[in-house]
Amino acid sequence: MTKITEVPSPFCGIGTDDLTIQADGLSIKVVENGCAVNTPAFEQAITDTSPRVDGKEVTLKQAINRAVKLLKKANQPVIGGCATDVNGMRALMALADRNGAVVDNMNFTGAKRNILAMQDSGWMNTTLAEIKNRCDLFIVFGCDLETFSPRFYERYLWNKESMFMDDTSAREVIYIGKAPSGNASTSPNKTKAQVLECADIDLPEVTSVLKALVKGNPVFAEQVAGIAVADLQEIADKLKAAKYSVVTWAAGALDFSQAELTVQTICELVKDVNASGVRSSGFPLGGKEGDQTANQVCGWQTGYPARMRFSSDFPEYDPFLYDINEMFANGEVDAFVWVQAFNTSAVPPHGGKIPTVVVGRSGMVFEEEPEVFIPVGTPGIDHAGHAYRLDNVVAIRLKKLRDSGLPTTAEVLTAIEQALVI
Amino acid sequence: MLTKLTGGIVYDPANKVNGKKKDIYIKDGKIVNKPRNVEPDKEYNITGKVVMAGAIDLHTHIGGGKGNIARMLMPENHRIDAVAHTDIKRAGTGHAMPSTFVTGYRYAEMGYTAAFEPAVLPINARQAHMEMGDVPMLDKGGYVMLGSDDYFLRMMTAKKDQQAINDYVAWTLRAAQGVGIKVVNPGGISAFKFNQRQLDLDEKNSHYNVTPRDILKSLATAVKELGIKHPLHVHGSNLGVPGNIQTTLDSIAGVEGLPMHLTHVQFHSYGAEGDFKFSSGAAQIAESINKNKNMSVDVGQIMFGQTVTASGDNQRQYANHQFSNPNKWVCMDIECDAGCGLVPFKYRDQNFVNALQWAIGLEIFLLVKDPWRIFLTTDHPNGAPFTSYPHLIRLLMDKSFRNDMLATIHPEAQRMSTLGSIDREYTMQEIAILTRAGAAKITGLVGRGALGKGDWADITVYTENENREKMFEKPDYVFKDGEVVVKDGEVVKTVWGTTHVVRPEYDKSVEKDLKKYFDKYMTMKMGNFTISDDEITEDGRGSITVHPTVGEKV
Repeated sequence: MTKITEVPSPFCGIGTDDLTIQADGLSIKVVENGCAVNTPAFEQAITDTSPRVDGKEVTLKQAINRAVKLLKKANQPVIGGCATDVNGMRALMALADRNGAVVDNMNFTGAKRNILAMQDSGWMNTTLAEIKNRCDLFIVFGCDLETFSPRFYERYLWNKESMFMDDTSAREVIYIGKAPSGNASTSPNKTKAQVLECADIDLPEVTSVLKALVKGNPVFAEQVAGIAVADLQEIADKLKAAKYSVVTWAAGALDFSQAELTVQTICELVKDVNASGVRSSGFPLGGKEGDQTANQVCGWQTGYPARMRFSSDFPEYDPFLYDINEMFANGEVDAFVWVQAFNTSAVPPHGGKIPTVVVGRSGMVFEEEPEVFIPVGTPGIDHAGHAYRLDNVVAIRLKKLRDSGLPTTAEVLTAIEQALVI
Repeated sequence: MLTKLTGGIVYDPANKVNGKKKDIYIKDGKIVNKPRNVEPDKEYNITGKVVMAGAIDLHTHIGGGKGNIARMLMPENHRIDAVAHTDIKRAGTGHAMPSTFVTGYRYAEMGYTAAFEPAVLPINARQAHMEMGDVPMLDKGGYVMLGSDDYFLRMMTAKKDQQAINDYVAWTLRAAQGVGIKVVNPGGISAFKFNQRQLDLDEKNSHYNVTPRDILKSLATAVKELGIKHPLHVHGSNLGVPGNIQTTLDSIAGVEGLPMHLTHVQFHSYGAEGDFKFSSGAAQIAESINKNKNMSVDVGQIMFGQTVTASGDNQRQYANHQFSNPNKWVCMDIECDAGCGLVPFKYRDQNFVNALQWAIGLEIFLLVKDPWRIFLTTDHPNGAPFTSYPHLIRLLMDKSFRNDMLATIHPEAQRMSTLGSIDREYTMQEIAILTRAGAAKITGLVGRGALGKGDWADITVYTENENREKMFEKPDYVFKDGEVVVKDGEVVKTVWGTTHVVRPEYDKSVEKDLKKYFDKYMTMKMGNFTISDDEITEDGRGSITVHPTVGEKV
C-alpha cells in the first residue's frame, strides 16, 4: 500500500492539489481532502483492461487496426469528446490533421458562449490566487457554485489568511439568478450570501439593467424579472465601492438561446466598473474533463479553439457548423472517434448508429457497443500528464498513482495516426 | 558522416571572419576542422553564396498563455492565412500570431534556428514550455518574469538582503526552467491590481512602498551576482507614453552601470515635442546606449499593418485599450505573479504617431554604433509579425530603399524624423552580428551563433542579391545541428531543437519560507509548481541544454 500526498486533480477544474490518496494495487482511496467531485472520480474502479472489437476482446493491435480501417475509408471523420491530457490532445490533433477530421470538445457548446463573447469584445479576467488574496466582493451569476466545485469557497474565499485582507470572513458574496444549494457560501462569521433570485432566462435582462446602473444610465423600471431595481442599484454601488470585486459565471449553466450575449454583458459590465475608477475582474468557471486543455492545445496548434476541422487539409474554425450534435442530426458523419479518458459515464452521443471508436476510461458502459472500444488510463491516476485549470493560466502536473498497464490516450491515438500514414 | 560546404563566402563575426571564401566541414552535428585524408560523404557546392550561422531571435513571443489568448482572440486574422499540411509539415495558421508549427516552419524558412520567449510568467512557465515544445525546427528558451510577483515585492518591503533576493531569483529560474530574467513594467503590474493606473520610475507601489527604480536595481544586481550571462531583460516603465524617453534615460542611470538589456526600446523612446506632442527620442537614447557600455537594446521595430500586441504589462495595455483595432481586448491579473494584456493593433503609415514610431525604430538602429549591443526584433507580434524581418533587413542595408519608404509615410512624421539624413547602411557582417553572433553572446549560448571548430552546425546559406529582402526571405539551405532542414526556402525535414537553460547555484534553504508562502497564499503546492526536466523531455523530442554561468567552466 502506498500513500501519495499533494495529488493534483484533473476532475474538479479548480486544480486542487492537496489530496492524499492511498493506492493498493489497482484500488485508489482518497484519504484526505476529497470532495463530492474528486473522490468518486479518483476511486472509480478499473473494469475493462482489454480492448474490444464488435464486443469481443481483442489485442490492442487488432483494435487499432480496425480503427484505422474505419477511418481510412471515411469521408467525414469526427473526433469528439477531447477529454484527455495535453499529450493526449496533441496526439488527437495529429490524428485529426492526418485524417481530415472535425475536432469538437464535448463542453464546447457551453464554452462557446465565453469564446464568442471574448472573440467579439474581449474581457478582463482574473485567476484563483488573486481571488484568494484580493477579492472583497464576489458576485455569482446564474450558477450553483458549490455543486460545480464543492471546495471553491473553502479554498479561495474562506481561506484563513490572505496577503491583502485582514479578515477574509468580511468578504461579501452575492448570487444573482440561481440561489445556492447549500451553505458553502456562508462566511465563517455566519453571514449568508445575499441572493437576488431570478430564472436563468431572465439573466439577460437583469445583467443588462445592472450594467446600465453601473454606467449611470437612467433606468425607469422599478422591477426587473421580479428583482427590485433599487436592489440592483445597491449592487452597482457595491461594485463601485469594492477594492477588487470578482464577477463569476459558468457558461455551461447559462443554457438558453444566445447566452453568449449575456456573457458579453457581464464582461462589459466588468470593463465598465474598471472604467469607473476601481478594479474588478471576471472569472469564468469551467475547466472540467480537460475542456480548457482541449482549447489550449487546439489553440496553439491551430490558432482556434476546439471546435474546428481539417477537412480541407488546413484548420477551419466555426463554432456552429462543427458542432458534432448538429453534424449527427444532419447525417454528415461517417466515422466517429470519441475520446474520454476522465469520465466513464460520458459515453458517446449517437453511439452505434455510425461506425464508432471509443478511446475511453476503463469502466464505460454502453447502451450500444461501439465497433471499437479501447480502454485507456486516466491522466493523473494511471499516468503522468498535464491538465489546465479553469483559469486557463495554470497547467497542473498530474501524477501517476498506480501501475495499471493501461495505455495512455496519446499512445493509442499516435498508433492510429502512424498506421494511417502507411 | 562528414559533410562539406564548399566555396561559400562566410560571415562569422564570432571568429572575426568577414566575408571570406571558406569551406566548412560538419561531423556529428558540429563544425570540425578540415580532416586529413578523409573524403566527405556529402558535399554541397555553394560557391559564392553567403554563409552565416543560423539566426537567433532573442525576443519573440512564441510560447505562453498570453500568446495563446492572442491567437484565440483573432480567428479572422488566421482565416486569411491558412496553412495546409504536407507530407512532412503539420497544418496550422499564420498571420500576426501564428500557430506553433507554422511559427517553427516560417522561422526556419527565413534562416532562423533559435528563438527566445521573453515573458515567461513563472506560474505559466509550464505552458510556455509546452507551447515551445510544439514549435519545430528551433532551439528555444525563456526569460522568467519577476518584479511584480508578490513574493519578491514582500521581500523588498521587508528589506531582505541581496543574498536572499539572489537565492529566490535563482530558485525561480530553476523552477521555471529559464535562461534569463525579465522584468516588465517593474512593480507596475502589481500596482495595477491595487488600482494604480500608472507608475513612474520613482513612484511607489501603494501597497509595497517600493519603486520601479528599487526593483530594477535589485534584480539587475541579482542577475549579475548570480553570474547569469544574459543581462536583466527590461521592459521599462511607461511603455508607449509620449515623453517616456526621460523615464528610459533615468532607468539607465538607475542601474548604475550594472548590465541591463532594454527590450523593444523603440516603444520607450518617445519625446513630447511638436504640434502633436509626440516626437522622436532616438538620438538621446542612442547617445546614452553608445556611452553606457553596460547597456544593450533590441529595437521592437513596428511595421505597417495588422498585428496584435501581447504583453505582460497589463497596466499599460489597459491604458492603451482605447486604440484596439479591431475593438476587442483582453486584460488579466494573474496568480499574484504578474498579468497580461492583449490589444489588437493596426499600424498605419498615414497615422502620424504610427509613422513616427516606424521612423524612431529605424533611427535607433542606425544611431546606435556598436552592433554587438543592439538586436534585430519587432517584439513579435507587438511591432509586427517576425515574418517582416527580411523587409526590415533591407531597410537597414539599403539607404535608397529606406528613403523611398520614408517618402510614403505621414508627411508630418517625415518632417519630425532625422531618418532621411542618416547615411548609414548596415553591412553583411553587421547583420550577422545583430542576428547571430551578438544574439548568441548576449543570451549566453555556448556553441551557437558561430561557425568555429566545435560549434553546433546551425548554418544558413543565402544567394547574394542586391534586394536584401529577397535574399533574406529565402535561404538556399538551412542546416540544424548539421542536418539540412530547409532547401530553397522550404522545410524538407522536421526537427526539434533543444531548450536552453541556465542554472546558477542557490541556497536550498530558500524553500523553507517559500513552502510556507505557497501553502498559505498560493493555490498550488510548491512541489507542484516546480517544473521537472522530464516534463520537457518525456515526449521524446525535447531536450535541455544547460549553459554555464559567468566564470563557470564549460
